[in-house]
Amino acid sequence: MPKAAIEANGLNKWFGEGEAKTMALRDVSLQANFGEMVYIVGPSGSGKTTLLSVLSGILKPNSGSVSVEGVDIWSLGADDLADFRLNKIGFVFQDYHLFPRLNTAENAAIPLILKRHDWDESIREAAKYLEIVGLKGRADLPPVKLSGGEQQRVAIARAMVGQPDILIMDEPTASLDGDTGQAILKFVHDNILNANRCIVVVTHDSRIYEYASRILTLEDGRITRTKASAA
Amino acid sequence: MKGILRLAYKLLVNDKAKFTALLVGITFAVFLMMFVTSMFIGVLNHASATVINIGASMWVMDPAVQTITNSIGMPDYVLDAVRSMQGVKYAVPLYSGGALVKLADGTYQSVTVIGLDDTTLFGRPQLIKGKIEDIYAENGFIAVNDSEFSKLENPDLGAEFELNDHRGVIVGIATVTTAGLYGLPTLYTTYERAIQYIPNPRYTLSNVLVEPKSPQDIPRIKQQVAALGYLAVTKDEFITRTAKFYVYQTGGGTNILIMTVISFIVGLSISGQTFYTFILENLERFGALKAIGTRSRDLVGMILFQATFTSLTGYGLGVGLCTMLISLAKLRLASYAAMVSYANLLLAFGMVVIITGVSSYVGVRRVLQIEPFDIFRG
Repeated sequence: MPKAAIEANGLNKWFGEGEAKTMALRDVSLQANFGEMVYIVGPSGSGKTTLLSVLSGILKPNSGSVSVEGVDIWSLGADDLADFRLNKIGFVFQDYHLFPRLNTAENAAIPLILKRHDWDESIREAAKYLEIVGLKGRADLPPVKLSGGEQQRVAIARAMVGQPDILIMDEPTASLDGDTGQAILKFVHDNILNANRCIVVVTHDSRIYEYASRILTLEDGRITRTKASAA
Repeated sequence: MKGILRLAYKLLVNDKAKFTALLVGITFAVFLMMFVTSMFIGVLNHASATVINIGASMWVMDPAVQTITNSIGMPDYVLDAVRSMQGVKYAVPLYSGGALVKLADGTYQSVTVIGLDDTTLFGRPQLIKGKIEDIYAENGFIAVNDSEFSKLENPDLGAEFELNDHRGVIVGIATVTTAGLYGLPTLYTTYERAIQYIPNPRYTLSNVLVEPKSPQDIPRIKQQVAALGYLAVTKDEFITRTAKFYVYQTGGGTNILIMTVISFIVGLSISGQTFYTFILENLERFGALKAIGTRSRDLVGMILFQATFTSLTGYGLGVGLCTMLISLAKLRLASYAAMVSYANLLLAFGMVVIITGVSSYVGVRRVLQIEPFDIFRG
């Protein structure tokens, strides 16, 4: 039986009050297991990003619960929740959000530095991950010297350097051309995903569906469809 | 925390343009604040030159006197009265006034003449040439070798001049701690000769210099002098009185305050604005750090470190620049009236702390307001 990495039950989230109230999530329940690459897809405004934020401990739902590895994350205090994210979850953002004034290795080492690891040790560890994502010899370059695909690889190295159990990817191909996007997701599927890791990807890029274990379709804040495999 | 601070340091200094702008802003502000206040402190110090150089513990004067240069003559009985007061160890007269001397080449030069008590020569300067007892010689004067010395045509022992149709002879060359404020050479002679050579009003006693038997006697002496209708102050009080006169009654203090406030505003504007822009440019990345799992207090620590590091570096550069310029100026002009003191170092530091506080507050506020969700939402 697959082990649950993330379990969400009865999630509701709305923004605004009164006439301005907008429902972003309506009674959403889902489970993402270790060894799975779960895609959340849907049209713009369907609530994908809100769901991702709620699942990763960034945005508090108005009701419902989220358990990550059995821990009810929304019962944690602000500092504990930050520590939980730092230790358990890796983030890959749509726009990478790399620091232009730091070199590639320093960018990738940030989670370790935040965990108060020794600086030099963190840089060495980050360099290893840069090698894994195919950026050997680029550790000293600033992000602006890298292509979009390479920057996304740095972001993946940054997300992975702390060896999190869960990887959250928000529109990972949105800023990339088709081939690069496919190559990145193939890389993640073949090299990052394993039996002890769960990857959640928000996307509306159908060209990368082939790497999904399951695809959850979100429409108007509701999961309307679950597809076991795109293949 | 060390790694996080190193991260903050790299984010700051690697942005060379902004870091330079921040440093220039704070350095410039500190330099201005330091320079303006140093000049004023220097002026105040020079204004009290005679008080410092004479070194008497207590000074008796007319209550209307604000500085040593505007002395008002007192009748001779004041000296006798002070000498007879309880708690007074000894008291001597002092003459201080201006005169015009005719130099050997026929030109005239204004000078300050100090007349020392004939018996004790209390307050005499340290001689670098000649013997102090020669001051009793006929027409004997001692010239002070300060930055104004050359205005007397760099006289050597035996040099002659005329003072109010009296012959004067240089019998000694002296050095003093502090040069005067008004750029006038100083001549020392005896009290009796001073009042004899220089045309004077009815009363000739500028000050009575008093040495109390003990510090506990000072209040009693002040009280007795006040009962006589005059004023007795300690050396420090006289220096403060002189400073207050220049600060509050000449407009100097107001001008310095205005300049200091302007420097502060310039520094605050440049560094505050630049730091805010720096934070704004990195706001999304700070948001990303929050999303990744950085605690708010770590982010606050990073920003405080950046602001503090910049401010202290700018403070050091500003103080260094100011000190260097004053030192260079003093190489050219020995009596250049500027002086770095703990007071203006502390004032500039206080201003820098405020600049740091305001800049940090603005940055911290923005960073704490950003929601990691906004990073996802783009």
